[in-house]
Amino acid sequence: MGREALGVLRNGGRAMMLLFESIVAMRTMFQRRARQEIILQMFIGGIKSLTVITVVAAFTGMILALQTGIEMRKFGQEVYIGAAVMISMLREMGPFMTGLILAASVGSAIAAQMGTMVVSEEIAALELMSINPVRFLVMPRLVAMAIMTPLLSFYSCIMGVVGGGLVGMTQLNVPWSAYIDNAIRFADNKDLRVGMLKAFLFGIIIVITACHQGFGTTQGAVGVGNATRRTVIISFLVILIVGYMVTRLFYV
Amino acid sequence: MIQLENVTKILGDRRILDGVNLAVRKGETMVIVGPSGTGKSVTLKHMVRLMTPDEGRVVVGGQVISDAAGKTLEQLRDKFGVLFQGGALLEWLNVGENVALPLREKTRLTEEEIQAKVVEKLSMVGLEKDMEKFPSEISGGMRKRVGLARAIVTNPEIILYDEPTSGLDPVSSRMIDRLIEQLRKELGVTSVVVTHDLHSALSIGTRIAMLTRGRIVELAEPADFVKSQQEDVQQFLESQFITIRGEWEKNGL
Ligand SMILES: Nc1ncnc2c1ncn2[C@@H]1O[C@H](COP(=O)(O)OP(=O)(O)O)[C@@H](O)[C@H]1O
Ligand SMILES: [Mg+2]
Repeated sequence: MGREALGVLRNGGRAMMLLFESIVAMRTMFQRRARQEIILQMFIGGIKSLTVITVVAAFTGMILALQTGIEMRKFGQEVYIGAAVMISMLREMGPFMTGLILAASVGSAIAAQMGTMVVSEEIAALELMSINPVRFLVMPRLVAMAIMTPLLSFYSCIMGVVGGGLVGMTQLNVPWSAYIDNAIRFADNKDLRVGMLKAFLFGIIIVITACHQGFGTTQGAVGVGNATRRTVIISFLVILIVGYMVTRLFYV
Repeated sequence: MIQLENVTKILGDRRILDGVNLAVRKGETMVIVGPSGTGKSVTLKHMVRLMTPDEGRVVVGGQVISDAAGKTLEQLRDKFGVLFQGGALLEWLNVGENVALPLREKTRLTEEEIQAKVVEKLSMVGLEKDMEKFPSEISGGMRKRVGLARAIVTNPEIILYDEPTSGLDPVSSRMIDRLIEQLRKELGVTSVVVTHDLHSALSIGTRIAMLTRGRIVELAEPADFVKSQQEDVQQFLESQFITIRGEWEKNGL
């Protein structure tokens, strides 16, 4: 137990070091080659997950609307699903769903790629060419996801609100305009900002966890599988914990 | 040029290298043979400080690389070209871009100069027509040859080869052998070659070292190596169906 706690601390420390090194490496991010790589990573990491995020976010909004709507209808207050969906999407569900989806798709892919590169000695080859793997591999992915996660999270909020509105119209007899009106009236700018901050942090958590695990790969193909699995589990946990702490910080 | 002095390395709980002493002279081709999993790759990794010895030290060109850091380490590493066992190519770059990578990242050459060098080195390994292909589209042997082109593209003083001919067809193998020999003769490159291929060991090696159980158990010129009475060497030679009765003569390359 003590040893495990120590291991967690050590890994956490190493991950923080990796984050620190990547931030230092950001001074090269405006060079042409780095810029191209960042844009490529934004595309790979972000655009490719768009379909899943659309579906998940829309259904999240629909479920939220349905759940709260059924209760509120008892009091004739079903128009308030607008506010309920909007606020929970912005503050919690948008960033959270986006974070989980990206951890499972982009995070695991990054871990597998880095792990494979370790096993096939590509990382060693880079080091020998004095190409810093952190600058060359981690930094572009980090910047890309730190930008893309908030954008995707915002997008997922919109999809969620649209999904909720559709359920409102078809199942709960809430007119579209009343729904949107209600959603906008009660949503606070702060909700948006806190949500974006969360998404930003989640993006960083995903990339750093994935790269840290990937670089730590030992034992060939089995090791790559382990690194991938651990990446998903660890990012889920850290996303949950950090999400809670941010909410706590801004709303309590 | 490269000295391993009493190098000991423990990995996991196994003593992989157990006091290895080996001095590679400038301009020679040192061949290291030995059974799989004895630490030949680990030995090479110590030479470029991809691994650090637990005991002992590694000296390259008079400077201790085993505790070098920062700029010094970078400068020492710049002396080397390394061909890794699987080629170690970046999957998302095509063959030409892979070879160009060290030049793009480390030098200020223009794009034309880079292209010229890339074509030159790729023709040396017979792959100038495959510039546009991606690593996933070519065979293992070809990947290795691309890895070799990348290793020599910066004209390093020292080249390390980890099993350059394993998995290659005989014709390509001999071509690699000729290339290693050519680099030594024409440019005075120092090479260390890990191989299982006795034919290439005997034809390119100026000296051959046998590594087993974490130690160098034999070190001799090819003509003496094949006559060695050392047990492990005998076994290695027998496994390759070579028994020498009279004088062994190095066949012309
Ligand atoms: N990074 C590492 N961590 C733990 N064990 C390793 C590592 N690298 C190599 N080994 C072990 O060291 C031994 C020698 O490996 P290696 O040098 O690759 O053998 P070979 O002589 O076939 O090239 C093997 O048993 C291998 O499992
Ligand atoms: Mg090996």
